[in-house]
Amino acid sequence: MPTERLLLNFPSKIVKKPIVYRIVKDFDLEFNILRAEITSDLEGKMLLEIKGPKVKIEECKAYLGKEGVEIKEADKGIILDKEACVNCGLCVSLCITKALYLKEDSYKVDFDKDKCILCGLCLNCCPVNAIKSKI
Amino acid sequence: MAKTIEEINEKIKKGNAVILTAEEIISYAQENGIKKTAQDIDVVTTATFSPMCSTGAFLNFGHSDPPIRMTKVWLNDVPAYAGLAAVDAYIGATELSETEGMSYGGAYVIEDLIAGKNIRLHATAYPTDCYPRREINTYINKDTINQAYLFNPRNVYQNYSVATNSSSKTIYTYMGKLLPNLGNATYSSAGQLSPMLNDPYYRTIGIGTKIFFGGGIGFVAWQGTQHNPEVERLPNGIPVGGAGTLALIGDLKQMSTEFIKAATFTGYGVTMFVGVGIPIPVIDEEMVEYLKVKDEDIYVNIYDYSVQRRNRPCYGRVNYKELRSGKIIIHKKEVPTGSISSYPKAREIAQILKEWILKGSFTLTQPVANLPTQGAIKPLNIVSEDEL
Repeated sequence: MPTERLLLNFPSKIVKKPIVYRIVKDFDLEFNILRAEITSDLEGKMLLEIKGPKVKIEECKAYLGKEGVEIKEADKGIILDKEACVNCGLCVSLCITKALYLKEDSYKVDFDKDKCILCGLCLNCCPVNAIKSKI
Repeated sequence: MAKTIEEINEKIKKGNAVILTAEEIISYAQENGIKKTAQDIDVVTTATFSPMCSTGAFLNFGHSDPPIRMTKVWLNDVPAYAGLAAVDAYIGATELSETEGMSYGGAYVIEDLIAGKNIRLHATAYPTDCYPRREINTYINKDTINQAYLFNPRNVYQNYSVATNSSSKTIYTYMGKLLPNLGNATYSSAGQLSPMLNDPYYRTIGIGTKIFFGGGIGFVAWQGTQHNPEVERLPNGIPVGGAGTLALIGDLKQMSTEFIKAATFTGYGVTMFVGVGIPIPVIDEEMVEYLKVKDEDIYVNIYDYSVQRRNRPCYGRVNYKELRSGKIIIHKKEVPTGSISSYPKAREIAQILKEWILKGSFTLTQPVANLPTQGAIKPLNIVSEDEL
């Protein structure tokens, strides 16, 4: 079953609307809220994983768009610049989902974007600025 | 059977010296025993690639026309110390840019110089009869500057500490970002590859030892600042905390940004990763006993960096195998670990140094003088002149 990770931005005017509920009710998709917050300017931000038939996912995304929810592709959120990385491994200790990890034997740092929940804890830790955010 | 440095160098020149890295000798000694290892192996290469704030470079700019006796010097807006002869200066790695703050500093100037980039030089002076100029604005780079050599007052720390944070807020330290409530722990040593952990009593590493330094050739100049050989040691000779250190010197113009790199620790400041490789001659069986040291034999204390005091609370002791596994236990809690010293880079340097020796282009040196094996570190106390 296809799975997609969406980074959703709920503008303040729709932040009170029950939208995520519709994802299961109308489109029968399995969802997992990986991270959610209301920002200080009253916008909602959510990292949502949805699982289901491709056609249902597309319909769901169209519905979200119609409601005014901005959708960004979550897997382009954090980028590990391997050219700049010196493989110290400091970031690994800050990554709660182990998306940043050390490869066995080589001890080199790698990044598994599917595990990243875009928490941002790693963003200001890299001494050579090899971890960048596109969000 | 003891071997002299001269005998080892003869073998290197003839191309029949046997070299292993400090990682490779572990299994070799295990399989072949101490005696055979001492006979078979001539040199073991060790290395480290860690941030070291005590890094800097002496520069001699050459003389301008009319000449200047530089009093204040800035390189890309980073102040350099110029209280030396007319066109001599020292740029320290941690000095911050006066315009860009923590995002640029002395370490970045050094890296840019090594990379061959152009650097803006601004200097002011009081005029004298022999040095009439009051100010100079010009550009320099690695090829135009008269001399540039790295001189690090302290490097190659023999073991260090593990840092963690028991407070309720994130703290930003020279050991990296430490999350609250023992959220993570960081450490900084190449462990089994680290030079001074493979020669714990400084039997072969001493003043004058030739080394791999930032991609070029350098030398041990002196014991490093805060050299502290009397730290508690395990029966295998391994000190449990930061013990011996080395002052290093080497030509900046030979270096490569692959092996020396500027760094910024958010909230702390600018520092510099410095790659160092040191060859250790296998002079006797006792040396093999030290060289076969492995991560699980090297222990280090865990300190709470949220306590802003000279002596921080210690939360126990772990070894580098545990640290490298990705998690340790502190106060019954599983704590993720991260290194600020690059093990893959240390491996690469140990391998390069091994190849240099195999090719015969790098021979070993007998120390001119030994490093002190006694003496403790002194604190700075705040006293009146009468109390001193």
